[in-house]
Amino acid sequence: MRHYDLAILGAGPAGMAAAATAAEAGLSVCVLDEQPHAGGQIYRDVERVAALRGDILGKDYTRGATLTAGLRHAAITHLSGAVVWAIEHAFRISFTQGGAAAQIAAERVLLATGALERPMPLPGWTLPGVMTAGAGQILLKQSGVLAQSAVLVGSGPLLYLIAAQMVRAGVPPVAMVETQTLDDLIRAARHLGGALRGWRYLLKGARMLAEITSARVPRHTGATGIAIAGESRTEAVTFTSKGRAHRIPCDTVFLHHGVVPNTQAARSLGVSHIWDRAQSCFVPSVDDWGQSDVAGVFIAGDSAGIGGANVAESAGRMTALKVAEELGRLSATERDRQAAPLRSARNKDLAARPFLDRAYPPHAAAVAPDDATVICRCEEVTAGDIRRYAALGCLGPNQAKAFGRAGMGPCQGRYCGLSVSVILAQANGLTPDATGYYRIRPPIKPVTLGELASLE
Amino acid sequence: MKPAFLELTQGARRVPVRFAGETLMLPEGANLAAALLAAGVTVFRHTPVSGAPRGPFCMMGACFDCLVEVDGSVRQACMIEVAEGPEIARPHVGEPDETL
Repeated sequence: MRHYDLAILGAGPAGMAAAATAAEAGLSVCVLDEQPHAGGQIYRDVERVAALRGDILGKDYTRGATLTAGLRHAAITHLSGAVVWAIEHAFRISFTQGGAAAQIAAERVLLATGALERPMPLPGWTLPGVMTAGAGQILLKQSGVLAQSAVLVGSGPLLYLIAAQMVRAGVPPVAMVETQTLDDLIRAARHLGGALRGWRYLLKGARMLAEITSARVPRHTGATGIAIAGESRTEAVTFTSKGRAHRIPCDTVFLHHGVVPNTQAARSLGVSHIWDRAQSCFVPSVDDWGQSDVAGVFIAGDSAGIGGANVAESAGRMTALKVAEELGRLSATERDRQAAPLRSARNKDLAARPFLDRAYPPHAAAVAPDDATVICRCEEVTAGDIRRYAALGCLGPNQAKAFGRAGMGPCQGRYCGLSVSVILAQANGLTPDATGYYRIRPPIKPVTLGELASLE
Repeated sequence: MKPAFLELTQGARRVPVRFAGETLMLPEGANLAAALLAAGVTVFRHTPVSGAPRGPFCMMGACFDCLVEVDGSVRQACMIEVAEGPEIARPHVGEPDETL
């Protein structure tokens, strides 16, 4: 088993930046990433794609190529297509690559596993043709595949980004069905002061909106009663906006109302998580360096709390400096000297967050869905089922598994966990913290017996 | 009617891939889920619980909705690259709606 100073899960901005900084400080680094090429979801496949579609995807995408280039360092081993299914303490990491299982050992672990789309359970959201906005972006980035008849549903900067990119590609969305209200904007205005420190983000937002408007994409705001209609595939989106009922025919729906930390690996290691009220999601407990409450386990980037790509990059580098200091490659003084500009860059990039979180809150009807709406996509458990479990005395998500298999399908609760916790909390009059989350145990990704048998 | 998805670049070499009994010409090395969508496939599988149709949802290996059977083993289509040769099927054959 090969041994490394630092094992990093994920080759997105946090993981790539951490790897480069750690290698520079003299650490041996192994980056394990599920995708065939580095970049994470934000810079997916950027080395190949920048030349093909850089004009459509913009500079915020193509700049990722400087990070992927940083992985070409003699002290960095980049294992692509490596699906990690177990992390054991002090630390042995088991993964599958190319149909065979393998293991590495490491002194420290950095989880840079990024974000997942916040689950957006609406009537009809399991129909073929309904995808996350992130999926729409991935299709465009990696594959150059664009939905020709898409309605974008939800709220937030990513929704505007994909709309603007579709406009640039010459295939604008059919319509935007936006869930944020004027009240949300008024509540957010209190945080404009902070947001002005992050004015670059606001300017980008304004530019994207201008692109969408000039392409005459209809925008319906304050939408309620949203449902996706269709028999065996998506046929239309129905909703009410400004007192009028709408039905917009389409083949594809991209859903988005924010992203949340992907906490699967951290939970499997026993890292404690707390409910973040501003972001309406669970975040792992980490300190300023990304050190979790489990010795040797660090978390950086969106998997530690949503901050975006630039924040992830600074945070990843800070963790690398901390690990280098712990393993005796840097003095504490040198660590702090190098960390100071990273910390101030990170804080500046975080300044617009409180404004964005309040201007584009989670869609109320997807946080408290109708009884008939499917919550657990894998096992087809509805919101009504979960409320019935609560009425029978079910207090937490782990109990809910015994009541009706919610969270026990192949996705292991990735797209229902938050909803189940929140619905149970609402039904029982408890906080999300008191309600808790699924206990996550390895294997955190499926592994076949054949793959296991290949372990030496 | 326009197909649901459009491919921006058409240059890649295409290889024959068998899906649900039909031969599709897909770009070699492309993401399999994206290539199937672009080829007009909407239903990738049916759920084991109710037989409901499903297609790709997250495209990043997290949701497991794009499961297909590749040479007999169930895999996530969004995590595989297109190659010539394998026989791909919907995991729950015999369910309703076996059309593309």
